[in-house]
Amino acid sequence: MSASPAPGQQDLNSGTVGIVMLVHTALDRAAQVARHWAAGGCPVVIHVDRKVPQAAYRGFRDGLAQDQLISFSTRHRCEWGTWGIVAASQSASEQMLHQHPGVRHVYLASGSCLPLRPVQDLVDYLAARPETDFIESATTADVPWIVGGLDVERFTLRFPFSWKRHRYLFDRYVTLQRKLGIKRRIPPGLVPHMGSQWWCLTRKTLSAILEDPERITHDRYFQKVWIPDESYYQTLARQHSAKIESRSLTLSKFDFEGKPHIFYDDHLQLLRRSDCFVARKIWPSAERLYQTFLSERGDAMTGVEPNPVKIDRVFAKAVERRTRGREGLYMQSRYPGQTAINAVTASPYSVFQGFAELFEDFDGWLARMTGARVHGHLFAPERAEFAGGETMLNGALSDSARLRNYNPQSFLTNLIWNTRGERQGFQFGPADHQKIARLIATDPNAQVSVISGAWAVPLSRSKRSFSELRRIAARLQRIEAGQLKMLRERSTKARVRIWTMAEFVEAPMEPLQTILEEMGAKTPGHLNEVPSMVDLEGFGQFLQNLKNQGMHPYLMGDFPVEQEPVTMPKPPRRPYLVR
Amino acid sequence: MGLWQSYRMRLRRKRRLIRALRKSRELTAVQDNTKAIRPQDILLVSTMRNEQIRLPYFLEYYRNLGVDHFLFVDNGSQDGTAEYLRGMSDVSLWRTEASYRHAGFGIDWMNYLKRRYAHGHWVLVVDPDELFIYPFCDTRPIRALTDWLDNSAIRSFSAMLVDVYPKGRVSDAVYQVGQDPLEIANWFDSGNYTISKNPTYGNLWIQGGPRARLFFADTPKKAPALNKIPLVKWDRRYAYVSSTHALLPRGLNRVYETGGGEKACGALLHTKFLDTFGTKAREEMSRNQHYAQSAEYKAYAEALDNHPELWCKWSERYINWRQLEILGLMSKGNWA
Repeated sequence: MSASPAPGQQDLNSGTVGIVMLVHTALDRAAQVARHWAAGGCPVVIHVDRKVPQAAYRGFRDGLAQDQLISFSTRHRCEWGTWGIVAASQSASEQMLHQHPGVRHVYLASGSCLPLRPVQDLVDYLAARPETDFIESATTADVPWIVGGLDVERFTLRFPFSWKRHRYLFDRYVTLQRKLGIKRRIPPGLVPHMGSQWWCLTRKTLSAILEDPERITHDRYFQKVWIPDESYYQTLARQHSAKIESRSLTLSKFDFEGKPHIFYDDHLQLLRRSDCFVARKIWPSAERLYQTFLSERGDAMTGVEPNPVKIDRVFAKAVERRTRGREGLYMQSRYPGQTAINAVTASPYSVFQGFAELFEDFDGWLARMTGARVHGHLFAPERAEFAGGETMLNGALSDSARLRNYNPQSFLTNLIWNTRGERQGFQFGPADHQKIARLIATDPNAQVSVISGAWAVPLSRSKRSFSELRRIAARLQRIEAGQLKMLRERSTKARVRIWTMAEFVEAPMEPLQTILEEMGAKTPGHLNEVPSMVDLEGFGQFLQNLKNQGMHPYLMGDFPVEQEPVTMPKPPRRPYLVR
Repeated sequence: MGLWQSYRMRLRRKRRLIRALRKSRELTAVQDNTKAIRPQDILLVSTMRNEQIRLPYFLEYYRNLGVDHFLFVDNGSQDGTAEYLRGMSDVSLWRTEASYRHAGFGIDWMNYLKRRYAHGHWVLVVDPDELFIYPFCDTRPIRALTDWLDNSAIRSFSAMLVDVYPKGRVSDAVYQVGQDPLEIANWFDSGNYTISKNPTYGNLWIQGGPRARLFFADTPKKAPALNKIPLVKWDRRYAYVSSTHALLPRGLNRVYETGGGEKACGALLHTKFLDTFGTKAREEMSRNQHYAQSAEYKAYAEALDNHPELWCKWSERYINWRQLEILGLMSKGNWA
């Protein structure tokens, strides 16, 4: 890198860019980048954090001593969120302006910043905009990126304690000030603004800030502001700048906690296509990035505007994944409590109660009409009745009742997750494993349709002894009654429709139509195929017999002892819509 | 969590550490290269018995990821493990003939080694048949991950166990020395895992996969735990309490998000089901040195006799970590 031009000669060219570089770690990478800037003709003033051991600092400085364009400024102790960083950039900036009169723009960068475009590109870009200050600067009311709940209070409270080292005192002191209602006075004329701490200011604006007659007042005020490096220049530039472009030329993305995202070798293409001038932070061991972007490239993209949209998307997704995650997924690093989420499962599904009992081949018919996968009783006592009689389902989900009952919630959420993209429906009833019922009721993805009392239909045709049937009927009715009560609770989030069997049998077409429409039937409007209802002859008599035996079947509604044969279809009637 | 609970956990942790110290007397150093460990090194700790056949690939795999030093406990191998490792400057080896079971299934020995050598280091604890994968492991070395974890103030990183198995009979998947086991066993179950929370240590308890559906369909509660936290920025006060499923202090087990988001996590591809498995199962059964009186191995031996294939038509073929992330078995979290 000895090809750097002599300093005097370079400085005479009016309108170079000076780089102020704040360094605290990965010194060898910082040195590499500093040489790169200098080789491109840009003077560099480096500030090394006072916390860096003297020996390391000396080695770093001596390594760069050869380069006339690189100099070092007074060292300050820089701690995140405190004044030290501003003090560091102030003294380095003063040195830059003083020593390099040819500098028209000063670019504030860190040691982990990496220029992505040829240095000359940046110089030309700024030369074409000689009066423009590039500094992200917005009023506190309008910024979404504040972490930790301190927005305007950054400017009105005092922060003498370190957030990183003395969090307890920090928090206590904030609380105390809030309680006592103590507020600092913002110096007259200042309107607090905030933004990325990586700016590029014109000599004019920067000198005006640093030579402001009120500087002592400003500095004293900002020394106690929280994270002043995000507000000092951002606020003061508004006082002095003729033309602010409120954006940073440094591509820097932040995660959900406000920590900067880091770039690795595999971001190479993404960074290249961003057309940004500088990116941070780069992982110090990202050899390929440093090699690629610091090697000389002739293909200057003169004048192209930075376009970080693609990168924005990648990192926005990361934040989304970390804060919201994939709905309906339960895994080693996502285990939301019921209250933390909207939906229990990954996508909408339909639960039918009583339909398979009332219609012949209901599953098959529904599957044909809707294209959904319609299972039998997934929670049947013997096994999970997967569609098509399968013993295993997507994701190697087993039909074993024991495995399923061991954790019914996982079974259902797995099933819905594994089959995402394909609508699922299944039968449920009072004879099934009931532990899942509450979960279904609280799941907004569940669409529950119940024909109450239909469980009695298979019983009425059973050949078992009547006393046994009576006992079963009593049990099923008790279970279903409890279930309906739960479905009607206010806390229920599932979409629930309940018909008594008598009501349904009287007018079955409209409910069926509604169900099909909700499931996205292929042929809305009219039904070209209607499921056939089972023969209900003798059903009324069966109910009467139960009554005669002292059991009171009421969930099915009122059935005459002699049921007339039901002919489908019949004129529609409004369903009884619970929710 | 009340004060009393915290105090009990503290006692339990102390007890673990004392046990580790006591059990350390069972270890004899065979090859001690620990002087070569530098402050920033990433370490790997493992206990093994007659796994020499797996070691060449195992070492290659983890050296490529960027592990700097290996700390091995050889529990009575007779297959030339020590001879094979002799002279490797990044391997330190201890030997013991003592009971694996009485040493808390090896964790006492390993807790001791970590307390002694891993304080302040990132340390990975894996078995010789486990391959650790994490987001971007095909493009970023493990140090990229640990640097990021350091930066994010995260101390522990979870990687669930994913059993991989061959298509066809397990005994037909013949493993050659030095071979990538994923060449012959690269199928897995993608969506049959059950999760609940362990109230004692606060870790998640994950079960499922081929072992649950084939060997434990009647006794699902006994199916092996698949949750693991194998990567930890170690401190001498830490201790694993049951395999690498749970640690103390309990905060280290909070590798999952409860507010709806996903934390970054990886996976351990468990390449146990190769032709070497049959012999292993019989041997372990007779030694009775494994968890729950080796019930697990008994169940395997029986089931494999009448159902020698773990593959089913819904098995997924392993491609890469991105596939596992899409399937929902692991997550990049906010690492991008």
